[in-house]
Amino acid sequence: MDLLFILVLAIFLGFELISKVPSTLHTPLMSGSNAISGITLVGALTSLNSEALNKSGLTVVLAVAAVAFATINVVGGYMVTDRMLAMFKKKEKAPKGAK
Amino acid sequence: MAQLISELSKNKDIIIGICYIISAGLFIFGLKFLSSPATARRGNFLSALGMFIAVVITLWSKNVIDFKWIVIGVIIGALIGAIASRVITMTQMPEMVALFNGFGGIASLLVGWSAFVMAPQALTPVSNLTFIAVILSVLIGGVTFTGSIIAWGKLNGLVYQKAFLFPGQKFINLILVLGILTSAVLVCIPGVGGKNILFYIVIGGAFVLGVMSVMPIGGADMPVVISLLNSYSGIAACAAGFAINNILLIVSGALVGASGIVLTKIMCKAMNRSLANVLFSGFGSVTTAKGAGETGEISPINAADAYLILEAANSVVFVPGYGMAVAQAQHAVRELGELLEENGCDVKYAIHPVAGRMPGHMNVLLAEANVSYDLLVEPGDVNPTMETVDVCMVIGANDVVNPAARDDETSPIYGMPIIEVDKAKTVFVLKRSMGAGFAGIDNPLFFKPNTRMLFGDAKASVSALVSEFKET
Repeated sequence: MDLLFILVLAIFLGFELISKVPSTLHTPLMSGSNAISGITLVGALTSLNSEALNKSGLTVVLAVAAVAFATINVVGGYMVTDRMLAMFKKKEKAPKGAK
Repeated sequence: MAQLISELSKNKDIIIGICYIISAGLFIFGLKFLSSPATARRGNFLSALGMFIAVVITLWSKNVIDFKWIVIGVIIGALIGAIASRVITMTQMPEMVALFNGFGGIASLLVGWSAFVMAPQALTPVSNLTFIAVILSVLIGGVTFTGSIIAWGKLNGLVYQKAFLFPGQKFINLILVLGILTSAVLVCIPGVGGKNILFYIVIGGAFVLGVMSVMPIGGADMPVVISLLNSYSGIAACAAGFAINNILLIVSGALVGASGIVLTKIMCKAMNRSLANVLFSGFGSVTTAKGAGETGEISPINAADAYLILEAANSVVFVPGYGMAVAQAQHAVRELGELLEENGCDVKYAIHPVAGRMPGHMNVLLAEANVSYDLLVEPGDVNPTMETVDVCMVIGANDVVNPAARDDETSPIYGMPIIEVDKAKTVFVLKRSMGAGFAGIDNPLFFKPNTRMLFGDAKASVSALVSEFKET
């Protein structure tokens, strides 16, 4: 029950945070949240525990694949988001020529 | 120091808990800083730092022992991720995000799967709840994975891009969903035999369902689909968190899930369609009967004449669409924009929320071309002052500037908020030919007396205007 309670609060917080993101940044928002959903990496790492290794080879294969996919998300997601955000610059207004 | 470490080791759970809270906090600040382009990059860094802390603390915790396997997985993933993030062009961003959504989904599926393999087969009420979470993470993860692969294929042209419908589709989908649900429920009920088989049926069914749900959706509805799959990938991570009882996965997954839902809602609102309509109607698969059969004279213009009008203009609004991305015209557009500014003209870029193939697609392309972000405005900012705009340049956009959405109640897109370019003093429409837009609807804008058609490749047309400016 505790976990569900936290889940609901997190969802509300998510709605609040995301509605404040301007539409200009919606693409970086998506790639950035891609990276956050790579948090599954933490889950994949905990699946690679000693118990799992002794149990069967299948769990190792599954967990290593999960680690690889989640790492793609984390590394690729943050790097591409950073690359994009670096492009968003505010330029000094060019002096307006008289017309 | 050694004593301190041994003392800390005894309280591992507390330390892990604290670190997870810090990570979640950093994710939240990361998203908060995305509220302005000025702070966004720092926010992304904070978010990455949060992820780093979470991963390091998880590795440190005693349960994880076999680093050999972890290193293999991490190196493969990091290499692919790093290379992909460097070589991708901004035009391809929707494809990359679609693919990454899919990877998030499959990762959650695999975590759920390995939790299933690990779970005691003799079920107790407690593990029963875990089973439900496992099934959910596998189901949502699987749908996200194959759905994203199809979306990716539709974006880069590997898969049929229009809505794909066939007779009996709804019936087959219904059978599929019922089959998955039955198997899923049976897996969760204690004492039912053949759980492994049933579990594989759920996985396979989820894969098929993902394909079936994205195939009927046309190319220009991809902003909605990608947002929705983004949300699914978060929900899958969340379910995986419940499956392995990890609170950080639950919170982060919920944040991503909420993010995707908000974006989906914005996209649907920008098209004045319900989510159900986008997902199930097969919009754009058939060319519907043309409303009033708009007729009238179209007035073409050449670059030399267009230049004369632009040269005299005091304010110009660019309205980019997917056509600009296809023609890779963003750099030429920025150059033209700068020349106009030097000429004393007020330049803005009006961007419709569904322009392009994903939310914010046009903004990123223009930012890449070095357009200052304060010049990028939303329809609501520019519409009220449209009458005072001298020239509106529509570059590769069609449906989002179609006045029929405002005036013609019989139009399929009636009610969709548009950028009211027809109210500007002069409208230039840069277009390859007189073909209809994605929705297959005639655009009365082309026949308005204040509209001039500049036919040809968008990049070539804009470059021609740029050279006109430079020559004089």
